[in-house]
Amino acid sequence: MSDTIEIVPKDKLQPAGAQPELISELTTLNLGPTHPATHGIFQNILQMDGEKIVSGEQTIGYIHRAFEKIAERRPFYQITTLTDRMNYCSSPINNFGWHMTVEKLLQVEVPKRAQYIRVIMMELARIADHIVCNGILGVDSGAFTGFLYVMQKREEIYEMYEQVCGARLTTNMGRIGGMERDLSTEAIRKIREFTKTFPPVLKEFEKLFNRNRIFMDRTIDVGGITAERALDYGFTGPNLRAAGVDYDVRVMNPYSSYEDFEFDIPVGQSGDTYDRFMVRNEEMWQSLRIIEQALDNLPEGPYYADAPEYYLPAKKDVYTSMEALIYHFKIVMGEIDAPVGEVYHAVEGGNGELGFYLVSDGGRAPYRLHFRRPSFIYYQAYPEMCKGLTISDAIIIMSSLNVIAGELDA
Amino acid sequence: MLSNKEVAEELIRVFSDEVSGFEEPFGLLTFHTTRQQIIPVLQHLYNHSYYQVRFLTDLTGIHFPEQKGAEFAVVYHLHSLIHNFRLRIKVFLDKDDVHIPTATNLYSCANWMERETFDFYGIEFDGHPKLIRILNIEEMDYFPMRKEYPLEDPTRDDKIDALFGR
Repeated sequence: MSDTIEIVPKDKLQPAGAQPELISELTTLNLGPTHPATHGIFQNILQMDGEKIVSGEQTIGYIHRAFEKIAERRPFYQITTLTDRMNYCSSPINNFGWHMTVEKLLQVEVPKRAQYIRVIMMELARIADHIVCNGILGVDSGAFTGFLYVMQKREEIYEMYEQVCGARLTTNMGRIGGMERDLSTEAIRKIREFTKTFPPVLKEFEKLFNRNRIFMDRTIDVGGITAERALDYGFTGPNLRAAGVDYDVRVMNPYSSYEDFEFDIPVGQSGDTYDRFMVRNEEMWQSLRIIEQALDNLPEGPYYADAPEYYLPAKKDVYTSMEALIYHFKIVMGEIDAPVGEVYHAVEGGNGELGFYLVSDGGRAPYRLHFRRPSFIYYQAYPEMCKGLTISDAIIIMSSLNVIAGELDA
Repeated sequence: MLSNKEVAEELIRVFSDEVSGFEEPFGLLTFHTTRQQIIPVLQHLYNHSYYQVRFLTDLTGIHFPEQKGAEFAVVYHLHSLIHNFRLRIKVFLDKDDVHIPTATNLYSCANWMERETFDFYGIEFDGHPKLIRILNIEEMDYFPMRKEYPLEDPTRDDKIDALFGR
């Protein structure tokens, strides 16, 4: 790194009084690891030519927690808690993605009602994720107000999580084979109310930003990426769609009954920060559409699969029935052998295709589990995206990419 | 819609016995190839005028200490966005010679995925622009995802398996 910096050699020093010769000199600047505007622990060693970024060098791994290694020693149901901690802005998507991977391996058919409940929770999580990303993008470009408006709605989403699973951030929602409990009437009331109260807030948020001159000047043509480069860099999710590629796992490889719903895939054109912002905003509207459809058509029936070897029996059965007690014990102690197999399952996470590659050798824990973390893959493009721009642009590009430290480092 | 059979036949036609072990677990076309042929196979799929398999979804490694002569596997997940067709390619490597050519010339995103695989398994990607550790510290002198390294700290005797019923 240091050999790229030119220091004025002794013999080139001008005698006192002479006009100094202009020497272009690069400055090394550390952006991070702990910087309030990076929203996580990332280090970027930038080479600056005056105000302009010439090149960047990334260091990641500051919160690496070896989830893939830990997963090799855990029974399947305990791995859900690891997935919570990857993209912690939209934990339910990670949880259900993992459950669906295991269900695919075990060939368990989940009832429609559970699938619809999952869709509702996943879309709420997507809204929560996009709220944070777009709100923070506003904060980083100097507009704090919008963030506060939408943050209250995120709080309401977290209350719904509490209603459904009892936790807020690290949700551990659902079970392998369905949901741990049915949607309560209170939860349904809250979600219904949210679908009524969220649109005015989102409208107001959009009014604050969409045609805001300052915001547009800060974001349009900043950090643009072409569709070809984006695909080459493995972009997925809203960032890829902002570049104009309509790839969405929910439509391409529908899971959990996404094929039942009517919704649009918003795409941008230039892949710049403004397009990413607009795509996320539009996705929130589409998520609301999906939630409304799912609530209106919520099927009756059980909320868990008939798979006693994998799905915990009801507590009252555990106390009264021998069979349930045995299954309860075996599941909790992780004594259920999974079939041999190799699965790749992808879901549309908050910031892209979240994939689970699971290799099972017939044991009680995965033989190998690999998480395809979208932000780990597309964050590589960051130096290329901020080349030639200023530090203030680099900050909002990072916010608009929605890089989540927990997911980046796993 | 591309069928697994169609793509498999095409690959066998071009690469004859350099591609083998075709199977489709859960509908995903999976096959093996050798490390000499992996880049030509990827290149062929990339440049194929009809398939256009141009998206590298995932690249990772697996350790099978029991398989003598094929202890390590490098697994590529590819995706043709035009046809919505996914496939998985595996390359098995000997533990004494863990070298494989890099795919960074085809996909920019392979850069960090290869670094991650190197970081955890010690698989050397020849020709990689900067093959250094990515998530672990530089000073680490072993490859932690290999199966010979147990999960818990081996120096601690208060965490033996028997105490946890394992």
